[in-house]
Amino acid sequence: MTTEINPVALSVFIFFFVLVTVMGFVAARWRRPETLAHIDEWGLGGRSFGTWITWFLIGGDFYTAYTVIAVPALVYVVGAYGFFALPYTIVVYPLVFLVMPVLWKKARDHGYVTAGDVVHGQYGSRGLELAVAATGVIATMPYIALQLVGMTAALKALGLTGEIPLSIAFIILALYTYSAGLRAPALIAFVKDIMIYIVVIAAVALIPSKLGGYANVFAAADAAFQAKGSGNVLLGGHQYVAYASLALGSALAAFMYPHTLTGIFASSGARTIRKNAVLLPAYTLLLGLLALLGYMGHAAGLKLSSPNDVVPALFQTLFPSWFAGFAFAAIAIGALVPAAVMSIGAANLFTRNFWKAYVNPAINDAGEAQVAKVTSMLVKIGALLVIIFLPTQFALDLQLLGGIWILQTLPALIFGLYTNWFRAPALLTGWAIGFFGGTYLVWDAGWKPLHMISLGGEPFTVYTGLLALAANVAAACLVNVALRAAKPAMA
Amino acid sequence: MSRPSKTGSRAAFWLLLLPYIGLLWVPFYNMREPSLFGFPFFYWYQLAWVPLTAALTYVAYRSVRDDD
Repeated sequence: MTTEINPVALSVFIFFFVLVTVMGFVAARWRRPETLAHIDEWGLGGRSFGTWITWFLIGGDFYTAYTVIAVPALVYVVGAYGFFALPYTIVVYPLVFLVMPVLWKKARDHGYVTAGDVVHGQYGSRGLELAVAATGVIATMPYIALQLVGMTAALKALGLTGEIPLSIAFIILALYTYSAGLRAPALIAFVKDIMIYIVVIAAVALIPSKLGGYANVFAAADAAFQAKGSGNVLLGGHQYVAYASLALGSALAAFMYPHTLTGIFASSGARTIRKNAVLLPAYTLLLGLLALLGYMGHAAGLKLSSPNDVVPALFQTLFPSWFAGFAFAAIAIGALVPAAVMSIGAANLFTRNFWKAYVNPAINDAGEAQVAKVTSMLVKIGALLVIIFLPTQFALDLQLLGGIWILQTLPALIFGLYTNWFRAPALLTGWAIGFFGGTYLVWDAGWKPLHMISLGGEPFTVYTGLLALAANVAAACLVNVALRAAKPAMA
Repeated sequence: MSRPSKTGSRAAFWLLLLPYIGLLWVPFYNMREPSLFGFPFFYWYQLAWVPLTAALTYVAYRSVRDDD
């Protein structure tokens, strides 16, 4: 891959970057509320986003820039196994359809802004609220940092290396998110998502014809995997359980994250969410096709210094420079939307479940919005510093753990929608066992999210997050039975 | 939970189980043949579940009464 500056590609990139920057600042006046000095307005866009805005917003922040770079990179390296992202982002939607409208209603009826609010409202436990909120924040921080990794890959392909371009882009993002709140990424998401659709559709339609058709693409990948002795276009027998459990576990975790929940809470109603569960799979189709770019990298015979370069290198090699510039702009802008929503989600958690709970319980609406605005800015700067000063692997390992951590908040957040049987101490015990047990297993496996199990027969590997969740739920049930036996009157 | 508008439409919700069965039981689809447009079965089968799941969810959507 070349990292020389191409003036045409760079001009196209700058045009789109300036466009979304202007939109980001204008967003403060878009669907203008009476006041932005209220966390419902700044942090949730007034809970008024209809079907299309929600579709672009959730699509834009769930399918992140990091995904666009990392999924094809994983497929390039390991083959079929990297495709677990496809079943994951399919089976997530029936869950969204069934559960999220119920959660939305509860949040709207009680004015909840975060998962922590929901849990505190349900169980009246500050401890459980803090566990859920803190988990949300620390699971999100590395995720924001990874958006910067995606952005770095796109900037590098444009010849913009070093920390300065990245820092400028991120600081501009921090400024307009500060002023416009969730309205900024919601408005930018329209541009970002349309650009990504154009790029991926052009890529999957045009690249195979340059590489001799899809049959040839798969054959080339097959040959490359055999030559290097690892990777496969089909799964090995020992990978079945890992593949399925990663897909299911990731799907259960996906809408526990602050950024996806923010998108849910910001929508205008239960019906909007159900419609989106029908419409959002369009992005999954896009992701599945995008993953194939990993194989096209083999067919094009790319020589890469890092697998993360596979998508940028493909565009540089096979497309005219103006279109390559458009594609890199799409990826870089693609990083802005999730980074903004993630920082808003984390800021909402900090404001509602830490600042209001412990520092200033008497805070008014305008004060809440102000704390959230400042926090969102600090969160982004923190992520930027992590990427500049710490090894990227650190963010990768933490993000991987983040998925396991956030999954442990599911019982506390979701079970209460359907039953009043559970009590806070039981759920808190379950959370602690899942959180710390899961972390230990990942550490024990050398920072791999898979755990080997042998039930008499052939050993197989399972996604650690799912194991930790099972331990979490089992512990919560046991403790709850004991609690209810000890103090039945509390029921 | 949102209740289906009429008896029997609860069946629509059972449809939502199908993607889990179809996608999480890997031996169903971990094979090359039959291929389609050059895609091994493993790939086009999973891609086909995307519109299929959207269609099943739409059927479930139609069975839910608006209760916003």
